[in-house]
Amino acid sequence: MTPALLLATPSTLVHLSPVDLIIIVFYFALVLSIGFYLKSQANTGEDFFLAGREMTAWIAGLAFLSANLGALELMGWAGSAYQYGILATHWYWIGAIPAMLFLALVMMPFYYISKTHSVPGYLKLRFGEPARAVAAISFAFMTVLMSGVNMYAMAKVLQIVLGWNIHFSIWVASITVAIYVALGGLRSAIFNEVLQFVLIWAGALLVPIMGLVEAGGWTNLKAQIAANASSEYVHLWSTLGDFKNNPMGINWVGIVFGLCCVISAGYWTTDFLVVQRVLAAKDLRAAKMAPIIGAAFKMAVPFIVILPGLAALAVLKDPSGTLIRLVPESVATTPQGIAQGLHSYNDVLPLMLARYCGPGLLGLGITALIAGFMSGMAGNVTAFSTVWTYDIYAASIKKNASDKHYLNMGRWSTIVGVIVSIGTAYLVMRSASIMDYVQALFSFFIAPLFGTVILGMLWKRATPAGGFLGLLAGTLSSIGMWAWVYRDPSALRYIALSDAAKPMAENMFRALWSCIICVVVTVVVSLVTKPKPESELNGLVYGATVIPHEEHASLFHKPAFWAAVVAVVFVILNIIFW
Amino acid sequence: MHAEGSISIWFFIGIALVVNGALILGAGLYELVHPPEFPVVLYQLHASIWWGAALFVFGLIYVIKFKPGKTAAHS
Repeated sequence: MTPALLLATPSTLVHLSPVDLIIIVFYFALVLSIGFYLKSQANTGEDFFLAGREMTAWIAGLAFLSANLGALELMGWAGSAYQYGILATHWYWIGAIPAMLFLALVMMPFYYISKTHSVPGYLKLRFGEPARAVAAISFAFMTVLMSGVNMYAMAKVLQIVLGWNIHFSIWVASITVAIYVALGGLRSAIFNEVLQFVLIWAGALLVPIMGLVEAGGWTNLKAQIAANASSEYVHLWSTLGDFKNNPMGINWVGIVFGLCCVISAGYWTTDFLVVQRVLAAKDLRAAKMAPIIGAAFKMAVPFIVILPGLAALAVLKDPSGTLIRLVPESVATTPQGIAQGLHSYNDVLPLMLARYCGPGLLGLGITALIAGFMSGMAGNVTAFSTVWTYDIYAASIKKNASDKHYLNMGRWSTIVGVIVSIGTAYLVMRSASIMDYVQALFSFFIAPLFGTVILGMLWKRATPAGGFLGLLAGTLSSIGMWAWVYRDPSALRYIALSDAAKPMAENMFRALWSCIICVVVTVVVSLVTKPKPESELNGLVYGATVIPHEEHASLFHKPAFWAAVVAVVFVILNIIFW
Repeated sequence: MHAEGSISIWFFIGIALVVNGALILGAGLYELVHPPEFPVVLYQLHASIWWGAALFVFGLIYVIKFKPGKTAAHS
């Protein structure tokens, strides 16, 4: 614990002591032990791909949230909080909670009763093979690419923060994830996600507490932010009347309709990476409660993500007492930025960790970041393995094989998925701009997919041709809008309907338009094509499905009651921070 | 289906908290006896000691409550 024992070079953000390293090594040993322990419990396809459908609401709910709580998420949104202020909280509250509750109460019964293995599997049942093929191939392809992008980002962060070799980080994290997922399947991924969730909170919770103590409480923190940055940084809604009034360059229409109604709804209800965790629930009630439990914890996440970013605006000072100004990544990584020792917005969480955490605590904080990276990677890999095996391989390459055969395919596709991810990570290393393309590509599919799935679930008249062509039109229109703005940035004013719109607004409005186009095409085509007979829609569509009721359950056992509790807290929080 | 006799995830979490809590508590006590040359901000609060102790206690409760053979794996 003396400086002589420090492992990192002086240029890295934090320096680990031996006790920190022991904590990190112990974490890797524990996740591998869980994988080996659970190997004997993955004997069938149902075990491997859906964890035997026997998870309690708590475990499925925490895994549902943890699969999304990656370290890029933690570090990126802490940086966004520093850059944009409390507006970043919208991605955790209105950009998550309504969608999670909608998934629980409206959509989960159809996913669960249809006994589908995946979201593309539901599309097959509802709209036929073409819709499944579009969704499955695009999802599988994008999932492994995203996994690779995240892997590269993780290695880069560990290099900057700890000075670790980038190849070492990629291979150690990848091999660990490949081993524990290939051995225990989704059950192993879920168990580790719950463990990672607890470690993330144990490692990150101290930072906002200490930040508040140092600032002298929330009221003093707000006053210091107003003095150091702007009073706009601590208001959630009051600055969203116009694009020009807030640092994000967005208005309430983009947040409410683009983020809440389309992007967030699409992500939380149709992205198989998160939905797969809920499908593993042991019964319908647990499947409905899982997203509600996830939503309750999601509301608390800004405490460990947004608050450190805000606290940094007030208290992040150098030893002489001068406020440290963080800058965009593009400035911090220039030769001048490096020479001046500038740090980027994305460094805010490691900087705050290093500010308050001594030996041991620092190791746990870094373990929280590594755990976040690995849970995100494991989520991508398990979702890829399931969609590949059931929706591509079993649907188009080898039909009617034995369960054992598909189980083996699941294990091998897990390993192949990790290898492709590693390849993508190295591709991104050669050309960083690929990362932007891959992230943009992923956004093309989510918004239209939500339009297709929601119409399929709620409208009996939606036809297979309507679903397929609507999904295709929405996706192509999203790509078209992205290419338009990419070639001519001034085109953003047409998509966001304002000259003052900034890039963040583009994502919201592009998603909104592509979803509207998807819905319009689906409705028009459905009205001129032949619908499926109602007898084929049982278990798939509202109005044609008998959903089990819970008349005899007490109030405290009803998911609707707890959803109402979460909704009330959500509204109160938005009013408090208005 | 194979819950009987299995180890609960909460037991693993208890183990993780006990070990991490003990290590952090130990590091905090070491720093109390040998104050660092460059202390972290708010060092005087000795966060390592109380945070490590809290993790240790929570972990111990989970280890005892969910020790193998006492509960099903998926509770």
